[in-house]
Amino acid sequence: MSPVIDIRNLSARSAVGPILRDVSLSVNAGEVMALVGESGAGKSTIAKAVLGILPAGIEVTGGNIFFEGTDLLALSPARLRDMLGVRIALIPQDPLTSLNPARRIGDQLTDGLRLRAGMNRKRAFDRAMSLLNDVHIREPERVLKRYPHELSGGMRQRVLIAQAFSLNPHVIIADEPTTALDVTVQKQVLRLIRDMQREHKTTLLFVTHDLGVVAQICDRMTVLYGGKVLEQGFTAQILKNPQSPYTRALLAASPRYDQPEQSLEPVPEALIAELQREISA
Amino acid sequence: MPRDLRIWLGGGFILFLILVAMFAPLLAPFDPLEQDLMAATAAPGVEPGHWLGTDSLGRDVLSRLIYGTRIALTVAFVAAALACLLGTTLGLLAGYYRGWVDAMVSRLVDIWMAFPPVLLSILLVAVLGAGLTSVIIAIVVIDWTRFARVVRAETQQQARLEYAEAASALGMGHGAILWREVLPNVLPVVLVLLSLEMGIAVIVEAILSFVGLSVSTDTPTWGGMIAEGRQIIYQAWWVLVFPLGALFLTVLAFNQLGDGLRQWLDPMLKR
Repeated sequence: MSPVIDIRNLSARSAVGPILRDVSLSVNAGEVMALVGESGAGKSTIAKAVLGILPAGIEVTGGNIFFEGTDLLALSPARLRDMLGVRIALIPQDPLTSLNPARRIGDQLTDGLRLRAGMNRKRAFDRAMSLLNDVHIREPERVLKRYPHELSGGMRQRVLIAQAFSLNPHVIIADEPTTALDVTVQKQVLRLIRDMQREHKTTLLFVTHDLGVVAQICDRMTVLYGGKVLEQGFTAQILKNPQSPYTRALLAASPRYDQPEQSLEPVPEALIAELQREISA
Repeated sequence: MPRDLRIWLGGGFILFLILVAMFAPLLAPFDPLEQDLMAATAAPGVEPGHWLGTDSLGRDVLSRLIYGTRIALTVAFVAAALACLLGTTLGLLAGYYRGWVDAMVSRLVDIWMAFPPVLLSILLVAVLGAGLTSVIIAIVVIDWTRFARVVRAETQQQARLEYAEAASALGMGHGAILWREVLPNVLPVVLVLLSLEMGIAVIVEAILSFVGLSVSTDTPTWGGMIAEGRQIIYQAWWVLVFPLGALFLTVLAFNQLGDGLRQWLDPMLKR
């Protein structure tokens, strides 16, 4: 099986220093791959590089990002735009700011359907209604007329999930889609993403810092630190038997719901110092 | 003052002015150009029918005031709308694309702002020749910078927000993002500025009329009336005071409307 996304030796840097160092990873069709790491590990940078929306000041210095055999980094902006939304979509991090506050949900949700799929207004709204149904939003016709600030955070994230799936993309990149949500809502949203992913057989690249989330929905995982891949493999295997000392430390720093009395261990400073040395070498 | 009251009072007065301008021939008791030298500089109420008195040529002040709203409002709406269109477009482009577009627009604004606006407008009209079109062009050419500056800053801020990023991840082009995502968020600011700009346009027109660079003197304008009244202020105060009052109230109304709109459209001040 050839990978849908194949990132090879990707490096990126900003004015401050390197952000990604020789990152290679591949995601197979229909699989959920987690990108795990703490803040600054470069996981979001990878996601944005795939979408071609790197912020100004960060530039790719080497490597390739193959999507179904095409190198996305070699595409013109216009060709890349043709792929976005239709073949590669994003579930953004913050549902509060990722919806336009000045536009009704219906108008935003139908943007892709009208501009990219060429539907007329009527058909796009019908489709939007069924999309909202798919993400378990009640009274979709009323929600379509609402503004974002009239919806709860969970509802907004559902709208964004519906939007990501609206054009049946092959790959969806979820950039910490549950970080901004309450814990109870997180669980529902995660389950929704997993269900939608299975139903549509979408390949999912899931960016997160939460190992609990990884354990719940990801088939494989890539552990990053300082822009470098430390460990890669099947989630179950890595969680049971982590090879990298950093992954072990990360697991020790995560709460376990079955053993709440067990105290959490911060990642040892000696280990961080060693990682830093290793990376800069 | 509560914002709703501001909007109602300001908007109401402007609506009243629009009606007055539209139905001027029906409302004016006299022909604004008709001279009656026998009744020159008659105080308000002295001559029958001349409720606000007459000027040095015996023309009815109220009728001239009523016809004067036509020029004032034409300039307010047309000049402000065109300045808004030009400034907003350049501001959007500068704020969104940054780089050399931004550099060009910003330098242009800087250069423009270095000139005193009233002097520049008088100079412009003097070059273009007097007349309504020249007045409108002068106001547009000078005041587009107000819109460009504010819209540029607002656009920069909006384009940085995640919804714009989310839209580009959806494969929307720059044009679509500007039009569909950024513009609706910039529009409230633009509306407020537009209202304030209309007040400014009224003043500038009055200034240009005052110095005789606006429409020809046989068309009644408030600025022209003020200029005439100034010369006979000690004999006939009403010739000066009424157009001055009309000007004052009109500008106040536009400003109140603008302030009210700003508070009304600002979601942080809402509720």
